[in-house]
Amino acid sequence: MSYLEVRNLTKCFGDFTALRDVSLDVAEGEFVCFLGPSGCGKTTLLRAIAGLEPQSSGTIRQKGRDVSSLPPAQRDFGIVFQSYALFPNLTVADNVGYGLASRRRKRAEIAARVTELLSLVGMPDAGVKYPAQLSGGQQQRVALARALATSPGLLLLDEPLSALDARVRVRLRHEIKTLQRRLGVTTIMVTHDQEEALTMADRIVVMNHGVIEQVGTPQDIYRAPATAFVADFVGAMNFLDGTLEAPDRVRIGSVSLACQAQDGLKQGAGVRLCIRPEDVRVRDLPVGAANRLTVKVKELDFVGAFCRASLEAGDIALMADFSSNLIRDLGVTMGGTLDVALPPDRLRIFAA
Amino acid sequence: MSLAIATGTIRASREDLLMRAGVVAVVAILLLMVGLPLWALLAKGFEDADGRFVGLANYAAYFATPALFNSALNSFEVAAITTLVVVPLAFLYAYALTRTVLPLRWLFQGIALIPIFAPSLLPGLALIYLFGTQGFFKALVGGQIYGIKGIVIAQVFYCFPHAVLILTTALRTADARLYEAADALGASKLRVFFTVTLPGAKYGVVSAAMVVFTLVITDFGVAKVIGGNFNVLATDVYKQVIGQQNFSMGAVVGMVLLAPAALAFAVDRLVQRKQVALLTARAVPLEPRPKFARDAFFTLFCVIVSLFILAIIGMAAWGSLIKYWPYNLSLTWANYDFEKVDANGWDSLLNSIRMAVGAAIFGTALMFVGAWLTEKTRGFGAVRGLVQLLAFLPMAVPGLVLGLGYIFFFNARNNPLNFLYATMAILVINSVAHFYTVGHLTAATALKQIDPEFEAVSASLKVPVWRTFLRVTVPICLPAILDIAIYLFVNAMTTVSSVIFLYSPDTKLASVAALNIEEAGTTAAAAALCLVIVGISATVKGLHLLADRFLFDRLQRWRRR
Repeated sequence: MSYLEVRNLTKCFGDFTALRDVSLDVAEGEFVCFLGPSGCGKTTLLRAIAGLEPQSSGTIRQKGRDVSSLPPAQRDFGIVFQSYALFPNLTVADNVGYGLASRRRKRAEIAARVTELLSLVGMPDAGVKYPAQLSGGQQQRVALARALATSPGLLLLDEPLSALDARVRVRLRHEIKTLQRRLGVTTIMVTHDQEEALTMADRIVVMNHGVIEQVGTPQDIYRAPATAFVADFVGAMNFLDGTLEAPDRVRIGSVSLACQAQDGLKQGAGVRLCIRPEDVRVRDLPVGAANRLTVKVKELDFVGAFCRASLEAGDIALMADFSSNLIRDLGVTMGGTLDVALPPDRLRIFAA
Repeated sequence: MSLAIATGTIRASREDLLMRAGVVAVVAILLLMVGLPLWALLAKGFEDADGRFVGLANYAAYFATPALFNSALNSFEVAAITTLVVVPLAFLYAYALTRTVLPLRWLFQGIALIPIFAPSLLPGLALIYLFGTQGFFKALVGGQIYGIKGIVIAQVFYCFPHAVLILTTALRTADARLYEAADALGASKLRVFFTVTLPGAKYGVVSAAMVVFTLVITDFGVAKVIGGNFNVLATDVYKQVIGQQNFSMGAVVGMVLLAPAALAFAVDRLVQRKQVALLTARAVPLEPRPKFARDAFFTLFCVIVSLFILAIIGMAAWGSLIKYWPYNLSLTWANYDFEKVDANGWDSLLNSIRMAVGAAIFGTALMFVGAWLTEKTRGFGAVRGLVQLLAFLPMAVPGLVLGLGYIFFFNARNNPLNFLYATMAILVINSVAHFYTVGHLTAATALKQIDPEFEAVSASLKVPVWRTFLRVTVPICLPAILDIAIYLFVNAMTTVSSVIFLYSPDTKLASVAALNIEEAGTTAAAAALCLVIVGISATVKGLHLLADRFLFDRLQRWRRR
């Protein structure tokens, strides 16, 4: 039995449907990310699970208990907001101990727990400070400690890292993930940052327009996107419009490309063919390689670790990522030509 | 336990129910304080002296009496002229304070606020000293300061700080980058003014104009003292009710008085709705750089305006110290011996302070808790909307009208609350009601500025919401809470209009006493009493500023980085 069961959840704001018949299971101890563009309903779903934004219909069960109609205070969760929502007039220690103080625990007991949590988030000496004296990353850690203080069964993170600068963000990603694994607390994080989702989540829930597009491990989502939206939203992707001329061939303008057999699509149907820029092969092309194209290098944009090339072959325009080594070894230059292959097993086909 | 009321599909917790009960209680209190008295006033206009329903007969009589209808035109004229004078003056003054390098800026800022601490009859008294039949400079105005001239000059003094406050706020919120962009595009100074400065302050200008217009239309003290035979709506209400005991006609004039004030209020709200946040979080605040010609011009301007304000106050002060104007100019404290001119003597000041403190304590508590309940109660939208509506209502209701409504409502024999009539309590209640809107808005604004997720965090930590209110919300909002209390105190000290119908011999207030003393012809003593009021309210405000600066700096250590 899963720890959290969301069934047929719908949420309307007037005429606008923020969530449409969403169902989802989260296993105990799992780290799940809700990923999607702004307005996709991911935050609404998180707030519905917390009881902060009551759903219009549908049920939520947590650990077998139906919590659908319970107010937030009667549910079991800890939450961290993008704004951190730290109480500015209380010290860090008082913030972390805020939920403990009202549970009639002894003072010494509370102090010990606060110290334990502050060390857990790597800030053992910050107890006497006020939130305004801390950096953004430190405030985030305190908010996390506060949410974990009462040992909730479910940890909800609402875009916890998006207010931080890039370096701190990357470090905290790792820290939160490590902490979550150590404590084993079931965690749901909302984010619009795909990199964040890919690096942190055990499973990703990709959402768009109030529905779930795909649920899967980061590898699934990246390697085998279920819809064109997921393919586009997660990672960089080339889209080529064409028609299915045989179950395993797609025609794009004057070019015909081999692909894996498509069952669900009719012959002659319009399709979108996708390939990731890093999947465009250049080295060690076998002689009779499938989908071999001679392309012209139109642009070469330096991105740091690699270069993103804009390629053109007749009606086909492609982006491809080339490492610096490859560019040097093969003497790729702007305006030059190059032989590439589009491996059929890396092509994804969606109905147009 | 099954709970019928729910927010969407979420069951209401005990806490939610308590908060909703609180919202209902606030609605009930506001209905008693504002809604029902106004209703009583409205009903009275349709009754004859014996309480029989006569339909529109009173209104017909009103519009058929040229003397009464003329007052409406007079009120409108005075209000329009004053607005046209005050708003440009206040705009320049506010511009000087915010956009130029002004020496002693704090001093000019302080001087502009002085009129707020005075009852509105003070400038009238000062003008009588200066230009009245016995005035020093009566030749300058041909001895005819009584009437529209006097009213307008006194109103300009009285309304100036209100307009300056609004326009300073409007002009302060400027984004330096807009000016840099305009400069970079080579726009002339004049073009920058009309395309950047003025549009940015546009809503402030409308707001200031509406506030001034309403203040003048509804003010009673100025016209009473220096109006002479020039009747306005506010003095008509007073005459009908106190002079002729014609309550029904008083109610009709009150309703007529309500119309322009309500209209101005509606215009202001409409315009404010269009106001969008000009200042985003990324804006760069504008720091004026010194520029000699401009700074010199504005300094001169501020000096002249400040001298005008100081001259009025100074004249009243001097007049209050003079033995027998204008024949014996030697100084004396005799005019401050209020026993001689008023049976209550200094007691009226004690009454004023008692009422002001009462209004500050109960009013602040009610406004803040009320605003908090309205902001934080989950669900219950319709009833929360009702609180907002009732909280906004007093802004559009002139004090005289509200006071009149109180007579009709609380003095009604069948009202179980009529034991309140003629007590200190009703004066406190009336003052809180009269000044409710600004306090409520201040509280609501402060509450909106704190993180909306505090309650969600508290709920997740299973901490009751009232605990977070006391431990977090109140400490964070302490500056706003004090602002509300001081605002209530100062206004309660100086108000004349809303309480003039409600005091009893035992609860006579200083501002009312000053009016009565003046009516009896003892201008010097009236001025003296006004100055004591100015002294008390300015001192309290000064203590507030000092406390803000030194005491709260310590209490609010957590604000520092």
